Amino acid sequence: MKKTLTILSTFLATSLVSMMLVTTSVNAAGLSDTAKKGRDLAFNRKKGNCLACHAIVGGVRPAGNIGPPLIAMKHRFPDKAKLRVQIWDSTVSNPETSMPPFGRHEVLSEKEIDQVVEFIHSL
Amino acid sequence: MKKLLLIVTSIVMVTGVAFSVQADPAQDLRTFQNYYKKKFPNVKFDDFGNGIYALNKRLRDEWEITMEFPPFGLTLEDGERLFNKPFKNGKTYASCFKNGGRNIAQNYPYFDVKRGMVKTIELEINECRKRNGEKKLKYKKGPIVAISAYIHSMAEGKRTNVKVPNNPAALAAYNKGKEFFYARRGQLNFSCAHCHGATSGMMIGGNVLSPALGQTSHFPAYRSKWGAVGTIHRRYTGCNKQVRAKPFKGQSKEYRNLQYFHTYMSNGIPLNAPGTRF
Ligand code: HEC
Ligand code: HEC
Repeated sequence: MKKTLTILSTFLATSLVSMMLVTTSVNAAGLSDTAKKGRDLAFNRKKGNCLACHAIVGGVRPAGNIGPPLIAMKHRFPDKAKLRVQIWDSTVSNPETSMPPFGRHEVLSEKEIDQVVEFIHSL
Repeated sequence: MKKLLLIVTSIVMVTGVAFSVQADPAQDLRTFQNYYKKKFPNVKFDDFGNGIYALNKRLRDEWEITMEFPPFGLTLEDGERLFNKPFKNGKTYASCFKNGGRNIAQNYPYFDVKRGMVKTIELEINECRKRNGEKKLKYKKGPIVAISAYIHSMAEGKRTNVKVPNNPAALAAYNKGKEFFYARRGQLNFSCAHCHGATSGMMIGGNVLSPALGQTSHFPAYRSKWGAVGTIHRRYTGCNKQVRAKPFKGQSKEYRNLQYFHTYMSNGIPLNAPGTRF
């Protein structure tokens, strides 16, 4: 996070508003370390394996289409905590869902979930 | 979004079937088959026995090429030879099966009321061996698969015709199988109905998911992943493992009950075993 901020301030104007705007473009160019770890977890077949069901930009394998494509996530989940809940236990929003409850069933650790959330929120 | 909502309601619908308190297999069967007929209006009923190849033209074309020299050919020949090879006492398997084993596979698995259990062809192959003083064979792989494939092939084209007699033990076995089918299991928390019900026809990674209707008609089946012909219990094992659930043994009570429900749900689908899948 600190590193991200440093990068940001190197590139950017200092006003808060433009900083937020630029965060998006920095993400497109290069993810924070946390988000990069999250991306690796999301794509790893033995970990998140999110691609099995969701199209994700930059996906390294053919994606499934059981779940919706993960795009515009800040728009769909302005509240990061809600996104975390969706990933931690998808049955909260839909008891019949086919999405695995990654946190509740300890498919991913708490830390790994944080990293995945960071990545997904950047999409 | 509309599509999403549709997906969600259909899951509820499918899983809803599971928990109707009163056991009514005939009613379950209608609900189950109508669900798939509505979901895949372009698939002819009999074609459900072809799994994902009934849904996807490209995959079907590739598959039809494979079928010109079916990879189960040698196994089937082995099966025929073993089936007709006399035991030490001179008898053959034909002595253990109705009609000498011809045109019977469509009635399996069946509930043996006297024994109070679901009987499969593989189980009866071993019972036949025992009765004739031969050693039991291993389940899931090897010669038993070949013999079973041959018996199934002798009923090719016959329509699946599994019965659930009005008997408390038979209904209980049926219900156990039904529960298995609809229960979430494994660390990944899926039921069979999740993958082969609501999301059938969709892609999981690079794979199309087949509808549960028709899944039983072509077993034992050759899978390129196995490089061999295997029983449906071997396939159940794989589907359990991929959700990180503990699989059961071949011919375990759990899998026989599951197969009973699963096959009953495909009543009417013509037998086309052995099949070939990737
Ligand atoms: C086997 C299928 C499957 C897998 C694997 C899966 N999901 Fe999902 N996901 C779904 C489905 C289906 C939905 C649609 C809503 C529902 O049923 O809960 C969904 C919804 C979502 C949503 C909500 C999208 C929205 O806009 O409402 C997010 C975010 C999400 N998934 C993230 C992930 C992440 C991150 C992973 C991997 C760590 C993942 N999913 C793995 C099936 C899956
Ligand atoms: C996470 C997803 C998933 C779950 C859960 C799952 N399966 Fe499967 N199953 C697959 C995939 C993928 C295939 C291979 C493609 C196909 O034919 O559907 C498959 C194939 C099969 C086949 C072979 C189909 C054919 O035409 O040869 C059978 C039979 C089957 N599954 C039964 C079951 C049963 C019974 C359960 C529950 C105990 C189950 N599956 C649970 C994903 C799943």
